[in-house]
Amino acid sequence: MNRVVFLSGKGGTGKTTLAAVFAARAEDLAVVDADVDAANLHLIFHPEIVETGVYSGSKVAVRDERTCISCDRCREVCRFGAIDEGLEIDPLLCEGCGACVTACPVDALRLVERPSGKWYVGRAARRPMVGAELYPGEEVSGKLVSLIREKMDDLANREGLERIAIDGSPGIGCPVIASTTGTQAAVLVTEPSRSGLHDLERILGVVRHFGVPAYLVINKADLSEPLAEEIEAFARREDLPLLGRIPYDERVVRALRVGRSPADDPESPAGRAMDEAVALLLREIG
Amino acid sequence: MRVAVASGKGGTGKTLVAVNLASVLASERPTALIDCDVEAPNAHLFLRPELSEREDVSKRVPVIDEDRCTGCGACVEACEFHALAFVGGRVLVFDELCHGCGRCGLVCPSGAIREVDHPLGVIERGNAGELAFVHGRLHIGEAMASPIIAELKRGIPERDWVLLDAPPGTACSVITTLHGVDAVLLVTEPTPFGLHDLRAAVGVVRALELPAGVVINRENIGDSDVERFCEEEGLPILLRIPFDRRIAETGAEAEPLIDALPEWRGRFAELAARVEELVS
Repeated sequence: MNRVVFLSGKGGTGKTTLAAVFAARAEDLAVVDADVDAANLHLIFHPEIVETGVYSGSKVAVRDERTCISCDRCREVCRFGAIDEGLEIDPLLCEGCGACVTACPVDALRLVERPSGKWYVGRAARRPMVGAELYPGEEVSGKLVSLIREKMDDLANREGLERIAIDGSPGIGCPVIASTTGTQAAVLVTEPSRSGLHDLERILGVVRHFGVPAYLVINKADLSEPLAEEIEAFARREDLPLLGRIPYDERVVRALRVGRSPADDPESPAGRAMDEAVALLLREIG
Repeated sequence: MRVAVASGKGGTGKTLVAVNLASVLASERPTALIDCDVEAPNAHLFLRPELSEREDVSKRVPVIDEDRCTGCGACVEACEFHALAFVGGRVLVFDELCHGCGRCGLVCPSGAIREVDHPLGVIERGNAGELAFVHGRLHIGEAMASPIIAELKRGIPERDWVLLDAPPGTACSVITTLHGVDAVLLVTEPTPFGLHDLRAAVGVVRALELPAGVVINRENIGDSDVERFCEEEGLPILLRIPFDRRIAETGAEAEPLIDALPEWRGRFAELAARVEELVS
């Protein structure tokens, strides 16, 4: 199985758009929208939903007021400041660790499961696609990513598919790590800016930390020639292969507005450049 | 007054808004900017602050005293995060999964668990001219951003205005950032992705019952769906920033807009006044 993850560090550089172009070109491919915090890939692929479910990956402490003797032990042991002076539990701050449950001398506290997000399995252009949406404020994004990746691994095996494209989240934390581990290639999408370069350095660190070969795409490259060159120099120093420079192109947003991949628009210079970049990627990863 | 600058979608211009608004405010009254996007912190690139203090942020992870451990398994069973496991008759600790809650130590009947610091990241403090500046940086390979944000928020300097540059999304790190603020500025762009993620961000703001206003960045690249959504939701649009190659170029070089294109100084001052109205 060949798994390719699209990452960026900085948000809004064009991960999802490039992942869509890749998915459309590669054959025998399944798609995972692992940006569970701001899922967008379905806006291009319009999957037909086959199955959905609710994921309860975390817990929250609840207190039985009748049993509680207000001894304050729970508040003393809580390291997340989730229990206030009135011994009310703030579910947004509660990590569901159960330290309070252990500390309570009269069993007035227990942990209950809470729904943390919903997932779907669907089909888009005859290929399987999975995705999920984390409920606001939840913190199990990594677990939710792992769950949908397992679902896709099963599906892909059953259907004999060779490749899985994973659209990751911005940042370098929990969901990014869950999207990166066990992949065979990471495409890092950046833009020519100081912020783009700074965050590229960080995401490259994460990807290399987990031993995944990385490739670079510079999106909107002509918005700053000097920074694009600086990023290319960085890539050379780091032995980070450059798959392509994508020009800024207003037609990209126009394609997205009608729910299409920019590579479907023959007039779009960015669409063409993205298509060439993913063709090069496919040759590189075999 | 505490105001968070947030967005569902990444890369919409949160930092652009936060940095320029903070700089304009700081020339008038005591202001602080807290960059809470600890996974991808960028505000310092624009402000070039002098960082004078540095503080490590860690979580407390368990260490098992093999001599005392009886292998009863109470800690393994109690851990909600599967950070402890029995392997070959020994308790192994997976630091990266540990939330540092201390429950294992509470349940251990033989006092075999002590805790050590596991570094997660750093917090750096300083000044950019008049502006007080604080940011956090998550270490590469670490998963948990929220403890750093919580620590950032415990050490907010006393200022008339405190701006918090939030991470993208709607997950726990965003909630941690938004907790206790007076208002939220939502930065978006008029694209299908921007609208989809703005909807999610508005959901969070509503759940927290916070007053909110919208900044539409690159307002001329898309359609009017975002405007229509704001109207339906009764969300005031407080500022519009067009897509303009000059703006893109100054952003690329991490030069604040108000310095590069001075006509923006007045517009951000106006934004500050509108945010103030939003709170009152």
